[in-house]
Amino acid sequence: MPDLIEKKNAAIPAQRGADSAEPKPEKARSLGLDAWHDLRKRPIFIVSALLIVLLVLIAAAPGLFTSVDPRAGDLRNHYLTKPDWSDVFGAGWFGYDGQGRSIFARVIYGARASVVVGICVTVGVTVLGGLSGMLAGYFGGWVDAVVSRITDIFFGVPLLLGALVILNAFSVRTVWSVVFALVALGWTQMTRVMRGSVITVKQADYVTAAKALGAGTGRIMFKHILPNAIAPVIVVATIALGGYIATEATLSFLGIGLQDPTISWGIDINSAQKVIRTAPFALFFPAGMLSITVLAFIMLGDAVRDALDPKLR
Amino acid sequence: MGRFVARRLLQMIPVFLGTTTLIFFMVRVLPGDPVAAMWGDKAPDPAQVAAFKHRMGLDKSMIQQYVDYMANLFTGNFGQTMAGRKVIDVIGEALPVTVRLALLAFAIELVLGVAIGLIAGLKRGKSVDKGTLLFTLLLISIPVPVLGFIFQNIFATNLGWVTPTVQDSMNLGQLLLPAVVLGSLSLAYVARLTRTSIVENVKSDYMRTAVAKGLPKRKVIGTHLLRNSMIPVITFLGTDLGALMGGAIVTEGIFNVKGVGNALYHAINLKEGATVSGFVVVLVLVFLAASLIVDLLYAVLDPRIRYA
Repeated sequence: MPDLIEKKNAAIPAQRGADSAEPKPEKARSLGLDAWHDLRKRPIFIVSALLIVLLVLIAAAPGLFTSVDPRAGDLRNHYLTKPDWSDVFGAGWFGYDGQGRSIFARVIYGARASVVVGICVTVGVTVLGGLSGMLAGYFGGWVDAVVSRITDIFFGVPLLLGALVILNAFSVRTVWSVVFALVALGWTQMTRVMRGSVITVKQADYVTAAKALGAGTGRIMFKHILPNAIAPVIVVATIALGGYIATEATLSFLGIGLQDPTISWGIDINSAQKVIRTAPFALFFPAGMLSITVLAFIMLGDAVRDALDPKLR
Repeated sequence: MGRFVARRLLQMIPVFLGTTTLIFFMVRVLPGDPVAAMWGDKAPDPAQVAAFKHRMGLDKSMIQQYVDYMANLFTGNFGQTMAGRKVIDVIGEALPVTVRLALLAFAIELVLGVAIGLIAGLKRGKSVDKGTLLFTLLLISIPVPVLGFIFQNIFATNLGWVTPTVQDSMNLGQLLLPAVVLGSLSLAYVARLTRTSIVENVKSDYMRTAVAKGLPKRKVIGTHLLRNSMIPVITFLGTDLGALMGGAIVTEGIFNVKGVGNALYHAINLKEGATVSGFVVVLVLVFLAASLIVDLLYAVLDPRIRYA
């Protein structure tokens, strides 16, 4: 079964070799530069990149967008004052939740947990999965056998279920416990992608040439194979980022992810579900922000994949 | 063929052992004492706790418990819950519900996903195709809890077609709405995979040959194009069946379906080690069986793949 995935990925470096052989009038561009030139012309990339820049800005400096304390509950606004559309960027813009807290402020402050979890988990699984996949693909033999069996084992554990079990072990759960659980369960996906990619790149002529010239194992792995094998991993990681954000929200929704002083859209969706009939807006805004965030990252992943995969051009 | 199946079955043993071991220890090293928790707020009597632990075999070392558990497993004994019920009975109650829910979701994503992907792939670049990409993008980005509440609100609360929560967990008609929610994410992936695969294959030589020799369009698409495009889709669907069964926690919670997800969620919260492990054993078996079937289907779809 993994062979099929590998074959698909194999097309990327192979195609690239053919491209660079063509004489180009301008200065030769690397794959990364080439992809960047392609990306800049795509509206879907521009839209998603702008959204992500905005989200990261919100996550880094929520104070720029609202001066309201997201944890300050004023019970005069209980129960669920409706949104006041004239109060743009004010406390009452999106209405108030069950404890009289400004939904707008909570939506703004909730971005940080989602963005931090998404980015940290992606970096974690890419580093762990990339390294293990590199070792398995490059050395083969028993290293490959051990790593592949470990990935098989992790593949059999459903992500949500495994995360529930791990997170249950933390009595106080922060962003970092969620990151830990998702990295621990998710890295094997990247291992498979990286392993397949390394196996195809390993057989390229330039690797043999480097070996013949007496390059050391480390140099071959990181200077020759890594830059040529990393593209599929980047694609899968970018698309997975949106999924990790959705998983964090789902876990928080189940009451097993982030906990109260942390502000998370998942927690707010959970508390809003009880009043969905009387105050649908309390569910709508955190859910909408969450969906837009996931959408932005998945759109970015789509654009990056199209740019890095010349077959689809 | 027989040898291939036998070899695959042998390869499954370490995966099965590894996964069950992983979950066994993960559940048991959790802090918190499920036995003491049975006394609620009252201080438990140490003698009673000790007696209970001895009766449940919880006073033995972790390794000994593990060996006992695995040995019992092979005789079909899944152990018992803290309240003294047999775990196999708990599984027997929840599993049929989730199997129905998962199969229904699976059928929806297979039929609709392949159909949508096929149409989009054949009309590449047209508005149908762009609409499909947008629609699947939306489905992927709306998280399951949100989608669940949206559907519940529209179809149950506003339109009144179904009851907001499932009354009878074994009734297929009532399970339809939860199944749509459960299968929606995978439906989007199936549609996208099918579309990509169709777009790749539609320009291939065998397609030109099939059209040139005057085959009817239905046959060109059904026999040649679709069959050759299904392999990546089947790969995805194979891993998805297990994921649907284990991932139904949210959907089952929203729609009050008394299935595996529901039972597992409570078991994890109550730190019922034996129950959690029991369910995981079943889920892993489903996962392994599905991946074996997928491997066998490759040979059916692509006669070039032969299993000696």
